[in-house]
Amino acid sequence: MNTETRTTPLGVVPDQGVPDATDAAVHAVDLVKTYHPKGRGKAQPEGVRALDGLSISVEPGSVFGLLGPNGAGKSTTVKILTTLAAADSGSATVAGYDVAREPDKVRRAIGVVAQRSGADPVATGRDNLLLQGRLYGMRGPQLTRRVDELLARFDLADAAGRQVKTYSGGMLRRLDVAIGLVHRPQVLFLDEPTTGLDPEARTAMWEEIERLAGAEGLTILLTTHYLEEADKLAARLAIVDRGRVVVQGTPDELKGELRGDALAVELAGPAADELRVIGALGSVEGVRDITLAGRRVAARADDGAAAVPAVLAALDRIDLGVAAVTVSRPSLDDVYLRYAGRSFSSAESTPEGAHR
Amino acid sequence: MSTAVVSDTWYMTQRQFMAFLRQPAYLIITLIQPVIWLFLFGALFRRVVEIPGFGSGSYLDYLVPGVIVMSAVSSNMWAGMGTLEEIERGTLNRFLITPVRRSALMNANVVMQAMTTAFQSVIIVLLGWIGGAHYPGGAAGLIVLIVASSVLGTIFGAFSNALGMLVRERESIIGINTFLLLPLTFLSSAFMATTLMPHWMQVVARFNPVNWALEAGRSAMSAHADWWSVLSHGGWLVLLSAAAVWLSMRTFRSYQKSV
Ligand SMILES: Nc1ncnc2c1ncn2[C@@H]1O[C@H](COP(=O)(O)OP(=O)(O)O)[C@@H](O)[C@H]1O
Ligand SMILES: [Mg+2]
Repeated sequence: MNTETRTTPLGVVPDQGVPDATDAAVHAVDLVKTYHPKGRGKAQPEGVRALDGLSISVEPGSVFGLLGPNGAGKSTTVKILTTLAAADSGSATVAGYDVAREPDKVRRAIGVVAQRSGADPVATGRDNLLLQGRLYGMRGPQLTRRVDELLARFDLADAAGRQVKTYSGGMLRRLDVAIGLVHRPQVLFLDEPTTGLDPEARTAMWEEIERLAGAEGLTILLTTHYLEEADKLAARLAIVDRGRVVVQGTPDELKGELRGDALAVELAGPAADELRVIGALGSVEGVRDITLAGRRVAARADDGAAAVPAVLAALDRIDLGVAAVTVSRPSLDDVYLRYAGRSFSSAESTPEGAHR
Repeated sequence: MSTAVVSDTWYMTQRQFMAFLRQPAYLIITLIQPVIWLFLFGALFRRVVEIPGFGSGSYLDYLVPGVIVMSAVSSNMWAGMGTLEEIERGTLNRFLITPVRRSALMNANVVMQAMTTAFQSVIIVLLGWIGGAHYPGGAAGLIVLIVASSVLGTIFGAFSNALGMLVRERESIIGINTFLLLPLTFLSSAFMATTLMPHWMQVVARFNPVNWALEAGRSAMSAHADWWSVLSHGGWLVLLSAAAVWLSMRTFRSYQKSV
């Protein structure tokens, strides 16, 4: 295991827990993929570079999150790792097999829940599962037992005989996961499993993912464009932007990287002299990055809670009243802003992000 | 072919067959359309047999192969729509991620097209028989007709699939189909004996695969079957269907590159 620290241009990211190529469940190096969409719309002779040297490594038995806005290249990564698409350059192994040279072995080792459901809407839930098992060579009572088990487990037993087109969004997504699990894969790919689900169904899916990763020891590669989802589920995560990993680590490491909590102070009245406010707060130890907008003061503090009394005292000395103070831990939103150089929501609304 | 290809083909065909059965509207249209054509064309052209040189006693006898072949073309030329839907829905990608043999996916299309066309043809034969049509060539003649129309169906199904995977727009399939169906049918002996056509039409008809299927079928169905005509026209049909399936395999590979 590699325990040395890696220096990025932006700081030091401890690289603990990054497995070597040999024992990683998923190991991708420098993946590059360019699409050449045909005709229609704006012509791009040089193509769309979906992946631009993406590398990730996933430890067996853990949940790894690929977090990024729409169009970042998450689905393309999943397509390459699941043998659906071929990379232009770079290499990847999944469950120890090379995706380009041993696709059939990779296919038998993985389960996939694609961004778009692949279930046949005209067939029943049970038929979808049976067919999936048969394509992996499962037959007879062994297969029917597995299918019944999955139907019960994903709470689809009552709907098993109904055509899939009558399923709700949450049911369909659960069926998709069940389809991905029929042949008991070692590595499960979940491409935006909760996008478009209502909050209740999303929470249920989160619990299911935690269960799969916990008790069953599956390796899960999860992509998402929800910061909170990555934060909650992923043991490690990579933030992807424009086809490359901008930073990776555990959610806590990444947030810890920002060193400090966010401090927001709401003044009782407008500050007459901006510089005096900044000066006063700057004198408090451990407080930095002070900005003032109207009556709102924002700053970072190494230990937010400890800094609050000193901040209040400093403002009191220059005769400014305080209406409210809030301290918050840095969020992945802050991490994204720092490493991708733009906020998550603005990345979501760029033209290339508006694609899907 | 390995056993895995055979079993994969079997399961993929079974899936398509179940989908066909589970969409009763689709099933009913496949059955009702030929009835309407039999009835309409039968009433409209009933008296053309009186034209000297037409060479058939009853127009219904003449019409049954025509409607069978026209139905084979018209129902299979929409195959690409289904493929397009599978692509858009992600079903095709789901299968491509499994170890299923790639050839099985294509085989299933071909088998399904041939089977539904054969089924539809048998129904039309029966309807014609109920309506009083005579089949002087007997069972052998009917079998040739049904096989020829099924091969013709796979030709149009495979071309339609290739087109769907290549252009990926419904509009193109709709446009080409609407454009092709009537000319292809009327430039064949489906409704009118070729000997009564203007000369240029007879020339065009000679190169029309729809006409090959009809020639093969009619030659086998007449009281004095012309087996040479059956073999030659049938041979061309089989060759063309091999080419069409090959083309659709090629476009399938190019689809996989664009995923
Ligand atoms: N099949 C495709 N053909 C053409 N362009 C594609 C295709 N798939 C993805 N892209 C483009 O590649 C980029 C990355 O897409 P994708 O991997 O789907 O992003 P994400 O899953 O992170 O939203 C986008 O700009 C997208 O438009
Ligand atoms: Mg995606």
